[in-house]
Amino acid sequence: MHMKKLVMIGNGMAGVRTIEEILKLSPNQFEITIFGQEPHPNYNRIKLSNILQGDASFEDIIINPLDWYKENDIQLFTGEAVTKIDLKAKKVFSDEGREVEYDELIIATGSNSFILPIPGADKLGVTGFRDIKDCEMMINSASQYKKAVVIGGGLLGLEAARGLLNLGMKVDVVHLMPSLMERQLDPIASSLLKAELESQGMNFLMEKETVEIIGDERVAGLRFKDGSFARADLVVMAIGIKSNIGVVKDSGIYVNRGIVVNDYMETSAPNVYAVGECAEHREIVYGLVAPLYEQGKILAERICGKEAAPYEGSVTGTQLKVAGVDLYSAGEIFEDGTTKSIMVYNEYEGIYKRVLVRNNKIVGIVLYGDTKDSTRLFRMLTKKEDITGVSIFESQCSAESGSGDIASMPNDELVCGCNGVTKGAIVEAIKTQGLTTLDQVSHCTNAGRSCGRCKPMVNDILAYTLGDQFDAAAAQKTSICSCTTISREELIAEIKEKGLTSVKEVMNVLEWNNEEGCTKCRPAINYYLGMIHMDEYKDDRDSRLVNEKMHANIQKDGTYSVVPRMYGGVTTAADLKKIAVVAEKYEVPLVKLTGGQRIGLFGVKKEDLPSMWEELDMPSGYAYGKTLRTVKTCVGAQFCRYGTQDSMALGIELEKKFERLDTPHKVKMGVSACPRNCSEAGIKDIGFVGIDGGWEIYVAGNGGVDLRAGDLLATVKTEAEVMEMTGAYLQYYRETANYLERTSKWVVRVGLEHVKEVLANEETRKALNERMDQTLKKYIEPWNEAIESENIKDKYYAVHTVKAGE
Amino acid sequence: MILTKTRTLVANYSVLPVRAGYSVKLHDNEVALFKVTNGKVFAIENRSPHPKGGVLTEGLVSGEFVFCPVYDWKISLADGKVQAPDEGQVKTYQVEVEEDNVYIIK
Repeated sequence: MHMKKLVMIGNGMAGVRTIEEILKLSPNQFEITIFGQEPHPNYNRIKLSNILQGDASFEDIIINPLDWYKENDIQLFTGEAVTKIDLKAKKVFSDEGREVEYDELIIATGSNSFILPIPGADKLGVTGFRDIKDCEMMINSASQYKKAVVIGGGLLGLEAARGLLNLGMKVDVVHLMPSLMERQLDPIASSLLKAELESQGMNFLMEKETVEIIGDERVAGLRFKDGSFARADLVVMAIGIKSNIGVVKDSGIYVNRGIVVNDYMETSAPNVYAVGECAEHREIVYGLVAPLYEQGKILAERICGKEAAPYEGSVTGTQLKVAGVDLYSAGEIFEDGTTKSIMVYNEYEGIYKRVLVRNNKIVGIVLYGDTKDSTRLFRMLTKKEDITGVSIFESQCSAESGSGDIASMPNDELVCGCNGVTKGAIVEAIKTQGLTTLDQVSHCTNAGRSCGRCKPMVNDILAYTLGDQFDAAAAQKTSICSCTTISREELIAEIKEKGLTSVKEVMNVLEWNNEEGCTKCRPAINYYLGMIHMDEYKDDRDSRLVNEKMHANIQKDGTYSVVPRMYGGVTTAADLKKIAVVAEKYEVPLVKLTGGQRIGLFGVKKEDLPSMWEELDMPSGYAYGKTLRTVKTCVGAQFCRYGTQDSMALGIELEKKFERLDTPHKVKMGVSACPRNCSEAGIKDIGFVGIDGGWEIYVAGNGGVDLRAGDLLATVKTEAEVMEMTGAYLQYYRETANYLERTSKWVVRVGLEHVKEVLANEETRKALNERMDQTLKKYIEPWNEAIESENIKDKYYAVHTVKAGE
Repeated sequence: MILTKTRTLVANYSVLPVRAGYSVKLHDNEVALFKVTNGKVFAIENRSPHPKGGVLTEGLVSGEFVFCPVYDWKISLADGKVQAPDEGQVKTYQVEVEEDNVYIIK
């Protein structure tokens, strides 16, 4: 059968969603070709701010990997732009000289950042915030430069500013208007937001109009209309979007601000459609995801020849994705003579909610500080429900009132606008797949996986569907994992009370519903048992995850890394020689200094591990464990002219004492001989900073994903006091943290003041240290153990080669 | 053409560790044998169906499932199917245990 040729220009969210809808409706109708100007598969642009803020990697936000295109027989040309459309010949031409014919053509070229047409806007260090390239540029700049200015106090600008703060830059936000997000927020919400962001470290320059960007090749600053000036190494313009319509220029297709389309996304040219941010529908160009998906659906129906309901425009809701800020807005913002407001304003807790009502119907919503009502209110707004007698704000008692609300909700109603998931689909997934937690529902149905705004609603649906079986606590995942409903505290109490001594016993006695557990609970139970029965517990090696089981880090190709212990980052010429000899002999593909001041040998086959360890004859560096990893040190008083204390000696002593200790998560330490902090002690789980006549002890720092500076726990005079305080602190963490909870999260959860209070008591400190010392006695060097035990070598490291045939 | 199946002795039943993978190189294939708690032996290809690859022998074993050690996918040892929400399937081999001998049929 002859397949029609469908060509799409653009490989973004709106376009690819349209293709997905087409494949659903009519999988074999078209031979599909897609041109994408960016060199990537399709990614989730809403999540760029998560990348910038350090919460996601690029791979996390890919929506359709390259395999998806292959599986669906889609010809994809990435890094290639279409430059010309010939409507008569029904052909498109690319910048690589390609010519492709079409029967149907979809233009989904999206938009670009609007860049102010002012002098200097073309300087190095000026960028928009639209694609992964912009993101990378901002991340790179942050590693070299200090000061950023974001122009635009709207949604995108504030998200960009938060990201730049996370990257360690100082950030000014320049805004033309007197209040932030003025198109979405009323002045009260706006001022609450500004105060919160200021407390997070953003500096606002309000009512400033940028007239010039100054600098030589690279930007150095901005000049404003009032003559004032702001210094900048990086300028991000986040003031809006401009439809990317260059490709239709000279083609004869009618454009205004975007490519003008009718209610079926048809352009003025036959068989040519436009969808997404490049399209202008009823004089509106949408820059948010939900409407683009609505458009895609209608366009797909049209192209497949189905009878489609016309697209009549969208009312959109906005949510700010910035940590510490709960904010939602939709519809109209300002009162006129025909509207009335329903308001809740709790200044003390920073909660502000306002719903704008006209003729008994909601026409606008602003929620700040508590956005749980957003989905329900937004639905009432879009459905134009009569609100007479309906209570508007009820999020405090969500489960019950939510249920009544869910009952009346039709099955085909969209719950997750981003991913097009209906109530019916969620209910069915819960019923057929036996789901009990929000996470599981998100996983199975995709609901809540994009912007996350619908999560409270999904939770309500879960509560409603499960009825009596719904366990609110379990759904919020306070249980250890889905194998049980028991929480960590209950588990520890049960282990102590019933005297449980093995992983298997715990799961049997406490009636695990999955009799051999999973990767979440088994390592956790193993840890808790070891922590409670500090001397007699025999570690269950098969309940440990791969790295700890193998005592080496697994790499993605199945090879391992070997990192020998190097106490305090100090080594000798003899050890260096040994490492070199072994690396050469085993043809180690990569020798690298690790982030913790040690030498790592990467790319080792598992069957080579024991013999390499034997030849190295050095202890394991535990570069893989939930344990003390390294103690980083600076050279300190011995060599450095600023050093006040002997940081190397203290680092070595700490590492020797606490090595191999099991902890809820990995623990890193740093020792600096002076406040210059060359060993980055301020972002370690425990950091020591030498001062004149003593040491400052910082705790709960983290250099990882959630960058956090440590808090001062105590200042002590002697190294003996350092050891005592550290032992007590670590043991208290071991005893009270959830498994897989880093110290940075733990201290925030239990409170620094609480920890200080506990450790202030000398008796408590002594008892903690005693338990610590008893625990430390049981550890043996794992590499050495493996070398000496044929059983271990056989069970964990052998690969058996078999000759063919019996 | 007559299709014949070959039967290859790959291990002794008594030496197989319980709830741990056992790597076997068979021709060019790496096979992972698993003896689970109920005594059954399963053989699957030692390669995760995750797009980024990875091995399976080092995974945590629970019942008749193994959790892929690198990406934590839960995979059925019986039919090789990856459990929801993830998708995919690992190649499985037929296993025969005769006295102390474990054979792979293919």
